Amino acid sequence: MSKFKKKKGGEIPAVNTASLPDIVFMLLFFFMVVTVLRDDSIFVQNKLPKADQVEKLKKDRSIFIYAGKPGPGYKQYGEEGKIQIGDKFTEIKNIRFALEALRGKLLPALQDKVMVALKVDGETNTGLVSDIKQELREINMLKLIYITAGGNELE
Amino acid sequence: MARRSSPEVNAGSMADIAFLLLIFFLVTTTIEKDKGIARQLPPIEDVEDPPIIKQKNLFVVNVNRNDQLLVEEELMDVKNLRQAAIDFIDNGGAPSSSPEHCNYCKGAHSPDSSDNPDKAVISVQNDRLTSYKMYITVQNELVAAYNFLRNRESQRLYGWDFTEMKKSLDAGDIPSSKEDDIKEKLETVQKLIPLKLSEAEPKKAGS
Repeated sequence: MSKFKKKKGGEIPAVNTASLPDIVFMLLFFFMVVTVLRDDSIFVQNKLPKADQVEKLKKDRSIFIYAGKPGPGYKQYGEEGKIQIGDKFTEIKNIRFALEALRGKLLPALQDKVMVALKVDGETNTGLVSDIKQELREINMLKLIYITAGGNELE
Repeated sequence: MARRSSPEVNAGSMADIAFLLLIFFLVTTTIEKDKGIARQLPPIEDVEDPPIIKQKNLFVVNVNRNDQLLVEEELMDVKNLRQAAIDFIDNGGAPSSSPEHCNYCKGAHSPDSSDNPDKAVISVQNDRLTSYKMYITVQNELVAAYNFLRNRESQRLYGWDFTEMKKSLDAGDIPSSKEDDIKEKLETVQKLIPLKLSEAEPKKAGS
C-alpha cells in the first residue's frame, strides 16, 4: 500500500539509554575531584569542641596531631588521654621526631610555613595540650590551629 | 575490495563500570571541612627584662579544674566573657592629654581599666585538668571579642567587615589588583586592635 504504512502494534519504543554513561561519568568525575582519601585512621576518641571564630585550614602545609582517650577497640591502652601522630600512638617526648618526619614529607617550599593542626577531643585535659604546645615551641613549629567543629558551645 | 563494516562496540556495560566507580568514590568521599582557631606560639627565648604590664592593663582569666571561670578575681559565667573582654579592650582609659589616648575607643574611659587596645593584654591561666572543650570555648569567646572590635573599626574606616574580608582574601576571591590594598587595610585594622592574648603555663592540678 502506501509508503507511510503504520507499523503494526502500538509498542512504546525503548528509552534511549545511550547518554546514561555520560551522566554517570560526570558524577564520577565530580566525586573523584572532591574526594580526599583518608590517610590516617584515628585510634582516639575524637569529638571536637565547637567554635565559630574560625579560619580555614590550609591542608597542603599542615601536620595533624590527634589526641584524646583511646577510642572503642583500643581500650587496652587505658583511659588516659593519648597522642596519635600518623598511624601510631606517640609519647610526649617522641613527638618531635614524629613531627620532623612528617614535615619532611611536605613540599620543600612549604616546609617553613608548616602549620600544626591539633585535633583534640573535647574531654581531654588541657595539660596534655599544653605539653604538646611546649614541645612545638622547642622544635620551633610555632603556627598551630585548633581544629574545631562548627557551632558554638554556648548555644 | 568489499567494504567491511566494523561491528559496533557494545557500550551497554559502560554504565555499569561507571556506576561501580561512582559508588566507590561516593563512599570514600569526605568533603574537606577542617576549620579551626589559628594561633601563633611565642618562641622560646630568654627575655632579659620582661616588660612590666600595669595591673589595670591586664585582664586575667582563670579557669579552674572544674571548668569554672574567674575573671579579674570575680566568678563569671562564660556567656558574659565576650562582653567583659570587649569592655576591657575598648575601655580607652588614658586621658585625652596623654599620647596614649585612644580616640576610637567607645568604652567607659574608666581610669581603672585598660589604657588603649594596644596596651591591653588578656592573660588566660588554665589548670592542667581544665577540659579542652572549656579551653576552646574561652579562646573562642576572646577571639570573638577581638573580631567584634575589628569589625567595628573596619566598618567605621572602610565600610566592610574585617572577618568577612579576611575570609574572602583567604579564599582568593579578591582580584589581584586589589589584593595589596586590602591587605594593607586589614593590617591597619589589626594595628588598631592588636590581638594580645597571653597564655600562662598551666598550673599543676590542685595547686
